[in-house]
Amino acid sequence: MDNRRVRRSRRLLPATAALATAAVVLTGCAGGGSGGNGGNEGAESFGLLINDDNQIVQDALTTLSEGDCSAENGELGLEIETIPQSGLDQQLQLLGGQDALPAQFAASGSPVVTKELDDAGQTLDLEQALTDLGELDNLQPAAISTIKNLYGGLIVLPYQFNIEGVWYNKQLFADNGIEVPTTWSEFVDASATLDAAGVTPLSASGEQGWPITRLISGYLYRELGPDALQKVADGEAKLTDPEYVAAAQAIADLGAAGYFGEGVGSIDYDTAVAQFLTGKAGMFYMGSWTLGAFNDPEQNQIGEDDIGFFPLPEVEGGAGSADQIPANVGLPIAVSANAYDDKVGAWLSCIAENYGATSLGDQGTVSGFTVNDDVSDVPPLTELVQDTIAGTTESTLWFEALFGAKATTTSQQNAAPLVTGAISAEEFMAKVQADLDSQ
Amino acid sequence: MHSVLGDRKAIVILLGPALLVYSLVMLAPVLWSLGLTLFDGNALFGFDYVGFHNLATLAHDPQILSSLGFTVKYAVVITVGQVLLGYLLSLLYVFALRRASGIVRTLVFFPVVLPTVAVALMFQQMFAIAPRDGLVNELLHVFGVASVDWFGSPDTAFWVIVVMDVWRSMGFYAVLLYAGLVDIPEGILESARLDGANGWRLVRHIVLPLSLPVLLSAVIFSINGTLKVFDSVLALTGGGPGESTTPLTLYMFQTAFTYGDYGYGSTIALVLTMLSLGVTLLVFRSSRNDITEVER
Repeated sequence: MDNRRVRRSRRLLPATAALATAAVVLTGCAGGGSGGNGGNEGAESFGLLINDDNQIVQDALTTLSEGDCSAENGELGLEIETIPQSGLDQQLQLLGGQDALPAQFAASGSPVVTKELDDAGQTLDLEQALTDLGELDNLQPAAISTIKNLYGGLIVLPYQFNIEGVWYNKQLFADNGIEVPTTWSEFVDASATLDAAGVTPLSASGEQGWPITRLISGYLYRELGPDALQKVADGEAKLTDPEYVAAAQAIADLGAAGYFGEGVGSIDYDTAVAQFLTGKAGMFYMGSWTLGAFNDPEQNQIGEDDIGFFPLPEVEGGAGSADQIPANVGLPIAVSANAYDDKVGAWLSCIAENYGATSLGDQGTVSGFTVNDDVSDVPPLTELVQDTIAGTTESTLWFEALFGAKATTTSQQNAAPLVTGAISAEEFMAKVQADLDSQ
Repeated sequence: MHSVLGDRKAIVILLGPALLVYSLVMLAPVLWSLGLTLFDGNALFGFDYVGFHNLATLAHDPQILSSLGFTVKYAVVITVGQVLLGYLLSLLYVFALRRASGIVRTLVFFPVVLPTVAVALMFQQMFAIAPRDGLVNELLHVFGVASVDWFGSPDTAFWVIVVMDVWRSMGFYAVLLYAGLVDIPEGILESARLDGANGWRLVRHIVLPLSLPVLLSAVIFSINGTLKVFDSVLALTGGGPGESTTPLTLYMFQTAFTYGDYGYGSTIALVLTMLSLGVTLLVFRSSRNDITEVER
């Protein structure tokens, strides 16, 4: 190699190195953006990002993609991606920050975050979109009103329309001479009787936390009336006020008596469902989304005829009534504003027209869509839920419905310690209130 | 060689790309994170400048103290546990098992290569109480002791984490310290034995002082790893019960990515950085003191 060539290659080296470095950096940057929908270019697929414990919506949409909506699915294929609910919020931020949210996504368990997603322009205005498509009539007015109350506008689809209450094992109640409780004291007495009979009185997932905190809100609504938690959100009351602590204490007392069984903090959602459906637990506070499991003979070993439902009983002398029933549309599923195009619109039309019948007929669950086909053989428990929804004049929200993400996590993480006695009712409420104050 | 290293252009060419990549992937994010402590918000909803508000929040956050306490407690207990057990194992390899130590070393090292999540799932099952008792509770039953809800109380949950992480990592420290021990000249050990030093006296007066440098390295390795604990805790307890086993790293992760507060998350990262810096200074200072003593 002569000197001139050496000098030239020396001159070229920095440039080559800089180019190589830039290439590496650019490749790294580009990696994060791949697979996204990018801008307003529409969707590459009819994606659905959903929490992994929600099987109902996944199954119903899969059924539609193979049946009534197969033409739409041919144009834009349904692609389902699941994620544990605990990782959902960070996934939304990550994808939302890159404009890479799929066509449909479960929009956080916290309505505050869902509203923020809407403010950030990530969610589609479904009232406008469905009106333009001529499909708004396919949504039940009660579902639209529930969504608007929670999220300030129609920004999520009513794939589910749930009520919550206590499901009980009729056989175990009859064997132990227990009447359906109408007051909190009777509810506690029923639990004691079941406990004495060697049955876990209340099946609950402490690992999830929310099945326990919903008992706290249930007690609060019965004790203080349906506006109890709105007052906390408005700053008119604090969770550390004695009457609010009393609600947490009532649930802690259930735990102290051992009514949630051993190791409640380790029990996950599926185990809690299985405990009830295999006859190991007498009662199960849960939303009507569990109808899918109740109507599945493989999971339900006690038989659907042996399952009854009662709203959380009234607290003696309380301002609330058992007619006020918690209602929601499940973990809400929004449509991405960025991914919306004609093909997604075609899917939405098909869903609006057919989802109600598919959900009711195949899954035995109630959705907020109208049922446009004749559905025969509706399971009795589903009918019971339909009747309860029809008879509900006033609905309430869950404990964390008006909380931010941090207070929601704190509340759900500390539910198990509350019922195992690791923290007191005062400490529990103080922790959650501290997060609400810092919001 | 001298002519190449004397050429400034050559230095730039040789160091430039590495420095650029290091700056881009290390320094820039660190400075970026430091800058974020002055902001509120996240990538999705945008950022607002809030000055030192995040630092002020830090002063009133009860969770930060609990997380800091857990992190320090964890680092101390695990460091002592894994270095001590690692050292005992290495002594066993060198002085008891000698050439036959290969199979034992492999077996003890095996958990090091297992994925953390798999190990955590195994320990969850072993210490389970619901839906059915795990191995440990079954063993307790044999001795007539009632089942313990290991993950139900902060103390027991902490000790399960300790048992798991020490079991998982002691093999690594055993091999590290073994390498240090086999470097001790056989002649010195032999002459000490001739002088009548055996067993504990040999270890105390000959082996321990001669393996001190590698022990110090092991402690630095261990503290460095344990202060950053994240995956094993997340997979085993998820930070619970409540927030009692939440280290700073997990609290930082939750704050930034679950609560969508990058600013406060970065502030917690700053606390962790300061803690690591303090420990590093402490370690280097104590090692310098040792060297001075030797020089005297």
